[in-house]
Amino acid sequence: MSTVLEPTKLVPYYQVLDEDGKVVNPDLMPKLSDDQLRELMRRMVFIRILDQRAIRLSRQGRLGFYAPVAGQEASMIGSEYATTKEDFILPGYRDVPQLVFHGWPLYQWILFSRGHQHGMEMPKDVNALFPQIIIGAQYVETAGVALAFKLRGEKRVAITYTGDGGTSQGDFYEGINFAGAFHVPAVFIVQNNQFAISVPVRLQTAAETLAQKAIAAGIPGIQVDGNDILAVYAATKEAVDRARAGDGPTLIETLTFRFGPHTMSGDDPTRYRTKELEHEWERKDPLVRFRKFLEAKGLWSEADEERTVEQAKEEFNAAVKKADEYPKMTIPGLIDSMFEVLPPSLKRQREEFTGKEEA
Amino acid sequence: MAQMTMIQAINNALDLELGRDPNVLVFGEDVGKNGGVFRATDGLQAKYGAHRVFDTPLAESGIGGLAVGLAIQGFRPVAEIQFFGFVFEVMDQIAGQAARLRYRTNSRFHCPVVFRSPFGGGVKTPEMHADSLEGLFVQTPGVRVVIPSNPYDAKGLLISAIRDNDPVIFLEHMKLYRSMRMEVPEEAYTVPLDQAKVVREGKDLTVIAYGAMVHTALRAAEEMANSKGVQAEVIDLRTVNPIDIDTIVASIKKTHRAVVVQEAQRQAGAAAEIIAQINEHAIYHLEGPVLRVTPPDTVYPFAQIEDEWIPTPQRVLAGMNKALTV
Repeated sequence: MSTVLEPTKLVPYYQVLDEDGKVVNPDLMPKLSDDQLRELMRRMVFIRILDQRAIRLSRQGRLGFYAPVAGQEASMIGSEYATTKEDFILPGYRDVPQLVFHGWPLYQWILFSRGHQHGMEMPKDVNALFPQIIIGAQYVETAGVALAFKLRGEKRVAITYTGDGGTSQGDFYEGINFAGAFHVPAVFIVQNNQFAISVPVRLQTAAETLAQKAIAAGIPGIQVDGNDILAVYAATKEAVDRARAGDGPTLIETLTFRFGPHTMSGDDPTRYRTKELEHEWERKDPLVRFRKFLEAKGLWSEADEERTVEQAKEEFNAAVKKADEYPKMTIPGLIDSMFEVLPPSLKRQREEFTGKEEA
Repeated sequence: MAQMTMIQAINNALDLELGRDPNVLVFGEDVGKNGGVFRATDGLQAKYGAHRVFDTPLAESGIGGLAVGLAIQGFRPVAEIQFFGFVFEVMDQIAGQAARLRYRTNSRFHCPVVFRSPFGGGVKTPEMHADSLEGLFVQTPGVRVVIPSNPYDAKGLLISAIRDNDPVIFLEHMKLYRSMRMEVPEEAYTVPLDQAKVVREGKDLTVIAYGAMVHTALRAAEEMANSKGVQAEVIDLRTVNPIDIDTIVASIKKTHRAVVVQEAQRQAGAAAEIIAQINEHAIYHLEGPVLRVTPPDTVYPFAQIEDEWIPTPQRVLAGMNKALTV
C-alpha cells in the first residue's frame, strides 16, 4: 500500500537520521547537548513502557479509554521537547506523552482514562488542556489561546495536535486560517500515522501532503520524518522560535505510524493494514533508530535502557495505585461543576441526588 | 436617563463593559469598522482599538474556538454570531466545548464567553436568519440562554452575562432592535440572570413568554381585559435556560391557569419544558391543562407567510380563551 512518504517540492521535508541512525542532513542537526540527547531517548523508552503497561492494564479491564502511542514517540516527544513549560498544549486524545512531560501527573491520566472528572483537571502550573475528543476542536481553540498570548505581549506559544483524519475537519482549516489571519504564535502539528482508524490517507485527501494545506492558509508548512526525533525536534523548535519571535504560525506534518490499534476499545488493525506495511514501519521504529545513533556516540547503553524501564514501571505502578485509591466522582460533584453559581433548578436536582429533597 | 432603543442599549452595555474591564473583547464578522450589521458594535472599535474590538474571518466555528481559547487564557470574549440561524456551524464550540469546559476540567478552566446573536422573525430576512433555535440550548447543560424583551433588560442582562463566569448565549430579537424606546440609565447596572419577571399583574390566567412574544402576549392580555374584564398575568421569562420555575409557580398559585407562548416550533421547545416543570411543581394548583401557542412543526417559512406563521395577538388570545374554558 502506498503512503505519503516521498519528499515533495511543495513543502520542505526534514530528516536528520536515516533508519540506521546515520546522520543524513547534518545542516538540520539541532543544537542539543549530550545530556539532552540522552533525555530524549529516556523519554521515548519511558513512554514505550507506559504504553505497554497501559495496554496490559486495559486488557485486564482496569483501564478505560486508551489510544496506544507506540510508534509515534518521536513525533510526540520530539515536538513537546521543543516547547517550554510556559507554552500551552492543546492535545488530541492520543497525545498523552506530551502532556506527561508537560507536567500532567500519571495518576490523573489514569483517572481520565477511567472516566473520572478529576483526570482532566490540569494542575495550576501545567499549561495544557485535556486530551480533546472532538477531532479538530482544539485547532480553532489554539487560535484563541495564541491570540491571548499576542494580545498580552507574552512570549508564549500555543501548540496543538491532530491526526491525518483531523485535517479533513472544517475546524482544521478554520484554525490554521484564523491563526494565519491574526498572525498569532501557534504551532499546528499533524501526526500523519497513515490511518484515521481504518481509512488510509489516500482516501482522506487528494492532496499530495497534508503539510501543503498550510499554503492555503498563507502560513509555512513543513513535512517531517515523524519517526526521526531529531528532525521532529528541529522542525518544531524552528516553528516555536518563529512563533515566539512574532513571525506567526506554522503547520508541521509528521510522517509516522501507530503500531497498535486506534484504541483498545475493539479496533482490529488487521482488517485494514497488511503485515507487509506493519513490518515496513517496524523497521522505521523511532526508538531503534535513535538508539543506534546514540550508541554510536557512546551516549546510551543497556544499563541506561534498563534503568529507564525500571523507573517507568515503578512510576506507572505508583500512579495506578494512587488512581485506585482516589475517591470516586459523585453526582453532586458533577452538578456543582456545571456553573459557578448553581441555578435554583440545579440546586433542587442536587438535593434529589443527596436525598435532602423535601417530599 | 436617556431614551434608548434595544440596539442602543446593547451598544451602551458593550461600551461600558469594554471600558470597565480590559479583558473584555468584542469580535465577530463585520463588528469592527462596520459596527455590526445592525450597528450593535457601532463606534466601539474607534473607541477601544482593533485589539479589543475586531473583525474575524468568516467562519462561525473559528469564532467560537477563538472565544473558548481566549477564555481559557483569562479574557472575557463577547463573540457575535451574525445571525442565529448560523449557529449550527458553531454548535460544537458552544455545546461541546464552552458549555462543558468547567465540568471537564473540574473548574480549573471556565468559560466566561457571551455568544451574542440576532434572531427572530417578522423582519423578512432570508432563510436561516430568523429561526428561534433557543430550544437546542434548552437541553444543553452548562450554558445559559438569555433573551431580553426590552432595552432596559437588554442592557442589564448583557452586563450580567459579560460578568458571569460561565458561557451565556444572548439572543437579540431583530424585531425588537428598533421597535421601541425606553428610559435606560446611562451608567452600568445589572439585571439578574436566571430570573423571570412579572410584566403584567393579573389574577385569572398566567401567560408565559419571552423575547418578542412578550409584547404579543401583552397585547392579547390588554385586549382580553378590555373585552372581558379578565386579568391575565404576563411573565417575561428572560432566561430560557435555566427556567425560573419559582416565579411561574407563584403566579399559577394565584391564577390556576396558564398558557405558554413561543415563537419557535412546537415540539420539544422551551414551552414544552415549561409545561413539564409546571406539572412537576404546580399540578395541584391548576384548574385546567397548560396550553401552548406556537407556530406549527414546520421549518421556518420563507418571508411571504412568516407573519401568519408566528403567533399573533389573536392566536394568543384564542389560546388564552381556551385555557380559561377547558
